[in-house]
Amino acid sequence: METRIERVLLQLIAPVVAIFFAALLAAAILHFTGADAGSVLGEVVAFGTTPASLVAVVNKATTFYLAGIAGAIGFRMLLFNIGIDGQYRLAVFFAAVVGASVSLPPVLHVTLIIVVAMAVGAGWAALAGYIKVTRGVSEVISTIMLNAVATGIIAYLLAPGRLAERAAGSNNIRTTPIPPSGWFPGFEVAGKEVFGFTLVAAALGIGFWILLNRTRFGFELRASGLSLRAAAVSGVNSKRMIFVTMVMSGAMAGLVGIPQLLGSSHQYGLDFPAGFGFTGLAIAILGRNHPLGVAFGALLWAWLERSSQILDLLGVSREIVTIMQATIVLSVVVAYEVVRRVNVRRQQKLVGRSEHVGIENGATA
Amino acid sequence: MPAPAIELRGITKRYPGVVANRDVNLRVESGTAHAVIGENGAGKSTLMNILYGMVVPDEGEILVEGTPIPMSSPADAIAAGIGMVHQHFKLADNLTVLENVILGDEPTGRAGRIDFEAARARIVELGDHYRIPIDPEALVADLSVGNRQRGEIITVLYRGARVLILDEPTSVLVPQEVDELLKNLRRLTGEGLTVIFISHKLDEVLTVADEITVMRNARTVAHTRPAEITSRELAQLMVGSELPTPEPRTVEVRSEVGLRLESVSTRGSGHETSLSDIDLTVRSGEIVGIAGVEGNGQSELIETILGLTSPVAGRVLLGTEDVTEAATSIRRRLGLSYIPQDRHREALLLDATLWENRMLGHQMHPPINRGVWIDRKAARADTEQIVADSDVRTPSIEVLASALSGGNQQKLIVGREMAGEPRVLIAAHPTRGVDVGAQAAIWTRLSAVRRAGVAVLLISADLEELIGISDRILVILRGRFVGEFDPAAIGPEDLGAAMTGADAA
Repeated sequence: METRIERVLLQLIAPVVAIFFAALLAAAILHFTGADAGSVLGEVVAFGTTPASLVAVVNKATTFYLAGIAGAIGFRMLLFNIGIDGQYRLAVFFAAVVGASVSLPPVLHVTLIIVVAMAVGAGWAALAGYIKVTRGVSEVISTIMLNAVATGIIAYLLAPGRLAERAAGSNNIRTTPIPPSGWFPGFEVAGKEVFGFTLVAAALGIGFWILLNRTRFGFELRASGLSLRAAAVSGVNSKRMIFVTMVMSGAMAGLVGIPQLLGSSHQYGLDFPAGFGFTGLAIAILGRNHPLGVAFGALLWAWLERSSQILDLLGVSREIVTIMQATIVLSVVVAYEVVRRVNVRRQQKLVGRSEHVGIENGATA
Repeated sequence: MPAPAIELRGITKRYPGVVANRDVNLRVESGTAHAVIGENGAGKSTLMNILYGMVVPDEGEILVEGTPIPMSSPADAIAAGIGMVHQHFKLADNLTVLENVILGDEPTGRAGRIDFEAARARIVELGDHYRIPIDPEALVADLSVGNRQRGEIITVLYRGARVLILDEPTSVLVPQEVDELLKNLRRLTGEGLTVIFISHKLDEVLTVADEITVMRNARTVAHTRPAEITSRELAQLMVGSELPTPEPRTVEVRSEVGLRLESVSTRGSGHETSLSDIDLTVRSGEIVGIAGVEGNGQSELIETILGLTSPVAGRVLLGTEDVTEAATSIRRRLGLSYIPQDRHREALLLDATLWENRMLGHQMHPPINRGVWIDRKAARADTEQIVADSDVRTPSIEVLASALSGGNQQKLIVGREMAGEPRVLIAAHPTRGVDVGAQAAIWTRLSAVRRAGVAVLLISADLEELIGISDRILVILRGRFVGEFDPAAIGPEDLGAAMTGADAA
């Protein structure tokens, strides 16, 4: 009998091997470009573990985590939501506009902004879900195109005289700042402020886990992802499931920009960080679409990005970190598949032993 | 006498828990059409896959024109002049016939450029020579099923095959296409090629084959010629003399209706035969068998009852409830159970544990379902129960479904579908591909649920199974019921004749 611990360990082998392999490759590249891999690594770790760095990592990881969960929701149903990027930019833009245009008591104000963001993200993803279900258009294609459309819409509306204004003393064009009643208070750790929304993100992760593992809906979602046909035969309405999953993924994607908006910038402008969609998908893959796995993936990603900032000062190209991230994702995919096969073979052996000798009997019944 | 085109000696192939071929011997003379017949699960397809190099036998040897050939992949078979026309065509829809034919074997001219002209000329020449005309420029997506099959045959000939294997070539064709195909096959053998084909349809076998080999229970049991045998005798050879003694039907069929279809017609999708004006009543405590050659509307019938296809006309009732427009989940909740023929595709989540698989199809029922929640503890306890009751051999309910052997997977599915007091059970080929022990266990359980008052619809191609456990047998042909039989009063050969339409019942 295998134990639960064995099973968990088996799952952990793949990412550990992948990270180790990526680190090895990074060290090799450093070595061949003439840098001293050992001392660079030492500096990176030293910088990456300062309190200021760790707080920055947690804040960044919050954003990555939400993107990762948005990706994971889709992946669980075999949907490739490439549109996370467009969904969250559109969502955070409208959330910023609405948030700045109303005056409400604190909790209500923040809630409104969050609801607007989720609704816009969900609505934008719903378009892709709708045409997939009714017309069979692959969500990969439609969400890529919707990303471009979102960029166009924001470019049009984010202009002085429309929904934005030019910031005094800079070239930045941005929405009107949200008043303090619409800020999400953070908390101080080691003199630095951690986004309060980090706690909300963690709660959402737990919620996602409960939904997947403890509810009928979650079971039907996972079943559909494992075999759409078997799920349909068991009574799941596949089309509805595809649509709902897409909407949920979009709603989660709508929150990606919220920690930043509510916790630090309080407005949407040209300088608002973008391009988290693909990062989210990579993190979801790394974390096996499991809420806890995605959390580790998000923290690792954020830590690598933060630590890499020191590389410029050491005269090493920062792209080494991008190479490392790519290597991790590629090798983790391979490693997961290897582990999966090993696991199936191991179980078959266990089953074989309990089946005694197979019934090798060709006689007539 | 020249060496036979193909000779198989002592072929044995074992799968976990099943022997698919056991000491099989087959001798196919050059320039003949040789039919391999047998029931489903008799080992015909495995044998053909061995001959085509897709399956490597555990024992035995393959001789091509008297020379032993080690066969470990289709490439070896093609090199030895053996080609296969699959039952499910392997043509790419969005390419032309020409492109499909040369795919993987492109004639290249200078600088790796594909010489389409040479290929086109060769296809036309082949078509003329064997009188299998086909337009090389036609898009495969636009072709009828019969023409696709011609495309497959041309592809095989183009690769230089001297021996053609056809796996149930007529099962997907309409009658006129069947006639055309049979004529083509005769022309091929007339030109000196050798044809080996699998079939269920005894009348076709008797008209076109020069020789016949019968398989039963993984062995070759007889070798004969059409002139020496009648279709009645062939059926007996296929089924074997021992039919299971039908258990005494002490159970009174109740008057209450479990499942009723009233004048149901469907539109049909793809290659599937649509239903036309079907009436069917299955009462509680009754097993109604549906006999028929595959592809005569069985899949549509199942999909319509499950609610995966909506009929264009007619009504579907579960008990007294009209479910014509109801979703599958509602039908499931009303007590509809289903044992599908393709368990990997329709019944299992291979990468999930046994207890998660137990929930599939029951996620809306107590004890699994509690409002929006699922009760994992109850699911686990229930799975332990099924594993014990159905004798599923597994070390634990935490293993993945893919780790179990086919027979044990099927026992789990049967146990699951019979749990939770179903009112209507559809069993589609419930014993296909399982070993003899599991087969007997499944039959016993079907009879048990019948006694408990479940309305059972049994769809099967196994005549022995249909006659052994059904209370009534309906024959389906081209989407209609063409006859009703009392299993106590009909033999497999009469049923076989009715299934093929050879004998208008």
